[in-house]
Amino acid sequence: MKTKKQKKQSQLYEVWRQLKKNKLAVVSMFVLLAIILVAVFAPVLAPYDYKEQNAMQSNLGSTAEHLLGTDKLGRDILSRIIYGARNSLIMGFSAIAIGAVIGITIGAISGYFGGWTDNIIMRLLDIYQAVPMLLLCIALAAILGPSLRNAIIALGVGMVPGYARMMRASVMTVRDKEYVESAKSKNCSTARIIIKHIIPNAIGPMIVQITMGVGSCILSGAMLSFIGLGVQPPAAEWGAMISEARATIRQYPTQCLYPGLCVMVSVLACNLLGDGLRDALDPRLRN
Amino acid sequence: MLRYIGKRLLMLIPVLIAISLVVLIIIDLTPGDPARILLGTQATEEQVQELRDELGLNDPFFVRWWNYITGIITRGDFGTSMMTKRPVAKEMLERFRFTLFLVIIGTCFAVCVGIPVGIFAATHQHTWKDSLAIFLSLIAISMPGFWFSLLVIRLFGVKLQILPISGVDTWKGWILPCISMALGTIAMLARQMRSDMLETLRQDYIITARAKGLSERRVVYRHALKNALIPVITIVGGMFGGSLGGSLITEVIFSIPGLGQYTMTGLNNRDYPVIQSSILIISCMFSVILLIVDLLYAVVDPRIRSQFARKKAKGKEKKDEDKKAEETVAAV
Repeated sequence: MKTKKQKKQSQLYEVWRQLKKNKLAVVSMFVLLAIILVAVFAPVLAPYDYKEQNAMQSNLGSTAEHLLGTDKLGRDILSRIIYGARNSLIMGFSAIAIGAVIGITIGAISGYFGGWTDNIIMRLLDIYQAVPMLLLCIALAAILGPSLRNAIIALGVGMVPGYARMMRASVMTVRDKEYVESAKSKNCSTARIIIKHIIPNAIGPMIVQITMGVGSCILSGAMLSFIGLGVQPPAAEWGAMISEARATIRQYPTQCLYPGLCVMVSVLACNLLGDGLRDALDPRLRN
Repeated sequence: MLRYIGKRLLMLIPVLIAISLVVLIIIDLTPGDPARILLGTQATEEQVQELRDELGLNDPFFVRWWNYITGIITRGDFGTSMMTKRPVAKEMLERFRFTLFLVIIGTCFAVCVGIPVGIFAATHQHTWKDSLAIFLSLIAISMPGFWFSLLVIRLFGVKLQILPISGVDTWKGWILPCISMALGTIAMLARQMRSDMLETLRQDYIITARAKGLSERRVVYRHALKNALIPVITIVGGMFGGSLGGSLITEVIFSIPGLGQYTMTGLNNRDYPVIQSSILIISCMFSVILLIVDLLYAVVDPRIRSQFARKKAKGKEKKDEDKKAEETVAAV
């Protein structure tokens, strides 16, 4: 037991050692951590409340009191961006959690059992994937009704088939390994084999996809909010803020600029970290 | 080859039937009575029931589904829009060309820009030009498309005032929507093209070509490009299909009267025949495009083409199919 733990640690350490070489990935990791911390401590950091209106001070530019100005209702944009990080990140992480958990489970079952189970699941996924993903998310969110929870469900469900297929391919490569055979010979239950032996060994390639998936979920989530199907006013969310600023883009373009930049930076950080992780996890690049 | 096409086309039918079924189930399970929405809160219960009868909403689930499917097959009837009271098929036909044009021009534009950028980056590896291209494409991928649309509207439409910001009455109106549509595709194509090109340039036959004393130009464009393009074709196809979904947002932002905007209006009004039919049509187009991509793949790659000839390679063919499906998923 002790040796196993040590080995796990050293594996993590090895990945970290590789990741450290990639400056961009490390920077992205810290940027992401910073955004998460900002989201967690939003009430402490934000100078104003996100729904505090001040009709006397609407559409201000940058001032000493309002660093990024105010929107048309006189709400402080900086505070709204800080609070918006909460909703945007909740959307990104929860959606990916739903999509990845369901997708990985389905993919593992399909890949492990093969045969007709695999065939049925794959044909069902074919049907699923005949609808373009964006359209599927928008339609689901619209039919379920606009709210943060429904947007998360719609995004999560949209992510399932991609992860299921990747997991299936990954499971197929480990299914016939000796340690699985050994577990079987010891009368290990199928559920235990899948959970204890197959998933941990097959999940490696998924980590990169999940990291990048957080980014794409933040992006799609912002899009859903932009068309009014995500977070509802007066709650702050980056996509919703862009949508609100759209009407006044002629006069006050910066109101639209800042939340978009936030989305871009977080998604960029996820993508760069994912790229870095891919290299770090690739044993061929190790020396 | 023909048998393969036939098989794939036949497989399309159950998929489309299943989609229509699933859409109907989802619509059925959601709260909110369309008749009630149409009539408003002041309508009496009798009026609502009457309208429900008229719309066929009181029929059992499978009866409604069967009527819908047979209507499409026998009469080309996709139902009547609850809002406009016009046949959905006719309305979709009017709008179809806008979406198709937008998607085709957007994809062509992306191919014309993305592939050269990718080749350029690959042939200038380890220089600042490569780093810049990679960096810009990463930024483009990370940008929300709708935000970029608003930025180009602000820049070209409001500040410089050289392009119209909405409507497609003139050819100028198409420029901004197409650029917005193409941005993400350009970036992904450039990245894919670059990595494929780098991979190909390391192959033995490239060393042979160089050893023969061919010019670098000839090596890159005649020998490497042909082989590096093969994976890119799948990506282009996947993106072409995916942009059918992406056009929803672009059409709404630039007020283009296409299929995407139609779907969005239908979704907002809970106009069920519209939702059902537009999802069905877009999915149908998407599936056909993916089929065309698979066939193109066989046309350009002799290694795959030979598999169609040899029957025994059936297992391998299936494996390739799955692999391709995964690539497409990653692309979308």
